[in-house]
Amino acid sequence: MDSLEEILGRHPFFAGFEAGHGRLVAGCARNLRFAAGQYLFREGDPADEFFLIRHGKVALELVEPGRPPVVFATLGAGEIVGASWLLPPYRWRLAARAVEPTRAIGIDAACLRGKCEADHHLGYEMMKRFLPILVERLQATRLQLLDVYGKH
Amino acid sequence: MVAPDPFLPQPYRVERRRRELVGAVTLELAPLVGARPDFAPGQFNMLYVFGVGEVAISLSGDAERGTTFVHTVRNVGAVSGALTRLEVGASVGVRGPFGRGWPLTGAEGADLLLVAGGLGLAPLRPALYAILARRERYGRVLIMVGSRSPEDILYRRELEHWRRRPDLEVLLTVDHADADWHGHVGVVPALIPHAGLDPARTLALVCGPEVMMRFAANALLAAGIGPGRIHLSMERNMKCAVGQCGHCQFGPFFVCKDGPVLGLDRIGGILAVPEI
Amino acid sequence: MDALPTATAAVLDRDGLQALIEALAARGFRVCGPVVRDAAIVYDEISGVADLPAGWTDRQAPGRYRLERRADQALFGFAAVPQAWKRFLHPPVETLWRVRQGEDGMLFSSAVETAPRYAFLGVRACDLRAIAIQDRVFCADDCRDDAYERRRRDAFIVALNCSEAGDTCFCVSMGTGPRAEGAFDLALTELLDASRHEFLVEVGSAAGEELLAGLPRRTATEPDRAAAASVVARTAGRMGRSLETAGLQELLESNPEHPRWDEVAERCLACANCTMVCPTCFCTTLEDHSDLSGGSAERVRLWDSCFTLDFSYIHGGSVRQTDKGRYRQWMTHKLATWFDQFGSSGCVGCGRCITWCPVGIDITEEAAAIRATPHIQGGDHG
Repeated sequence: MDSLEEILGRHPFFAGFEAGHGRLVAGCARNLRFAAGQYLFREGDPADEFFLIRHGKVALELVEPGRPPVVFATLGAGEIVGASWLLPPYRWRLAARAVEPTRAIGIDAACLRGKCEADHHLGYEMMKRFLPILVERLQATRLQLLDVYGKH
Repeated sequence: MVAPDPFLPQPYRVERRRRELVGAVTLELAPLVGARPDFAPGQFNMLYVFGVGEVAISLSGDAERGTTFVHTVRNVGAVSGALTRLEVGASVGVRGPFGRGWPLTGAEGADLLLVAGGLGLAPLRPALYAILARRERYGRVLIMVGSRSPEDILYRRELEHWRRRPDLEVLLTVDHADADWHGHVGVVPALIPHAGLDPARTLALVCGPEVMMRFAANALLAAGIGPGRIHLSMERNMKCAVGQCGHCQFGPFFVCKDGPVLGLDRIGGILAVPEI
Repeated sequence: MDALPTATAAVLDRDGLQALIEALAARGFRVCGPVVRDAAIVYDEISGVADLPAGWTDRQAPGRYRLERRADQALFGFAAVPQAWKRFLHPPVETLWRVRQGEDGMLFSSAVETAPRYAFLGVRACDLRAIAIQDRVFCADDCRDDAYERRRRDAFIVALNCSEAGDTCFCVSMGTGPRAEGAFDLALTELLDASRHEFLVEVGSAAGEELLAGLPRRTATEPDRAAAASVVARTAGRMGRSLETAGLQELLESNPEHPRWDEVAERCLACANCTMVCPTCFCTTLEDHSDLSGGSAERVRLWDSCFTLDFSYIHGGSVRQTDKGRYRQWMTHKLATWFDQFGSSGCVGCGRCITWCPVGIDITEEAAAIRATPHIQGGDHG
């Protein structure tokens, strides 16, 4: 059985991460499994953990009253789920549902935030990994907004 | 033989008609006389509806099989709308084929990535037929198809069929879906970073709305694929189709005869310039 | 200025020029040349020297064209006329084909009519080059316009070495004049002073030589050639405009976001005059017409302009929505991307676009403005 630290090190999010930092993060991590249809979290829940997907697929959903939930993105192996744990008030603003049986690593948000505060090098490394992903998702959202396949 | 007058349509007849999506049909057109000319994947024809007008439509059938021209047409204007309403037996004027298609010759040994958005799958389908006809000559073959919603996926049955092939990776994604959809949700360029592409071996063929192609091109460049290995099928106003009417100019290119497929190494500098 | 080459040359007087026109008509050519009509000099059918604009000249300036009397009786004492020979070789309206509904389907038939065999009298140097430039568009190896090619092949060209330069002329900058170079059958230089009114005629083809042999003429002397050379040299020194062409292609292609495009767009009316008078602008549109009964239809090709909103229409809208985008397209095409497409500039320096612009936009001034401050915006910091 691989250690959490080894599993974390193989995840693309932590590619090139210093071993010392890896140990610090692993100290906040746990292994998770979600059955198909199970929610990682729902809108409004406390955002106290963030997730690295190892296998499977997770759908991000928003609910409008009177309509079935709308899926606006799916995330798969090698991707991360969640950013609300970074910002007060630490509440999820969307729901994440496992579409398939999914294995993930959950990282305790308060634990990781504390270690990042204590070690700004670690915090900066985390930010360097987070920001490109958030920017990519923002850009994808822009393209989605254009509704390019719609009839003009 | 005297070269045919490129301005004079030839009479064809609708042999088959198949409804694809809301407002989109696939027509099979058979020549009234003689055989249909050869075409290359990525080329287009000019289709004329009596008394209505003419419009450029890409070829979407198998270049190496069949005796008809296959065109998938979406109702977006007077002529394309009239085409979508034609019944079997109706008469159509055809000029073509025109333009330069996908650079498949010389692609032997390469990994091929086809990136389609919406009806952009139509001009890529002949490329896929050609690739599958000699599948052993290529490395990995992936096709990524982006659509608005699961109901808007073109050639869905054929895609499902291809998905079962072990030698072809088919990735479908939609912009929006409800919980019944178990595939990807998100824009098609977002699939590119996670595809595990070998940038030195990959040749990318991209067709879709221009903005989607720009995003896809950026994602391909970010994946390390050189601009000379990224090819986009451009759309501009085609009138004459032979580079004499000027309408389809895109910087120095006549999209009708220099394209419609153009390498990013040639058009990268003007792709994002507004109103070029 | 070098003396004119010593190839076959002769001198015609006015009667000789009359004989030239008659000889062309006798060979079945429809002879076209400059005539005064509607307060302008235009190209139209002529039957003799008397039809030519003797004693007339034009005063051209940005947005301005006026005929004036000359002090002499020169027949070719004017600059570029509003419409070049384009309208004969590349007609503004041309029916390409007709179609009717048959029992089994549509029946298409070519409707391109056989054009008359034209003889053009007085093809100025810039316009001669313009014809050569349009040849590359319509007689490309991969696609030939047969009707154009026929009209072109059948045409007899009497070129003109210019004796007059207008205020909007800049052929010297473009390397296209004022001496006619290229494919002509005969070339004239008008020699006019107090003592004589004659035309030096140079031969450019076997057909020209054959025609000339039947005309009343005298052999050209060295002084005749020197006089003709000095006419051309004098004209070259009187260009109203100039355009710096060094590096122009790269300059324009690399400045699509230069603020000058916004500035010129504020003046441009997108009226398309420049494209209609330009001797090289070749763009057309295709229109499909049907009769009221719906039994037959036809396709008509008409001159079109990149200044119209419709020109770049693709489903959903036009690519070039703004006057800025359209002016930039026209000028960048003319002076830059034309090289990529056809191996030369698309501008021959005739100045028509300047003269006939209702607000006097001057292509030489616009190019100079961009050259003066390149890369103000855009560039490599994307």
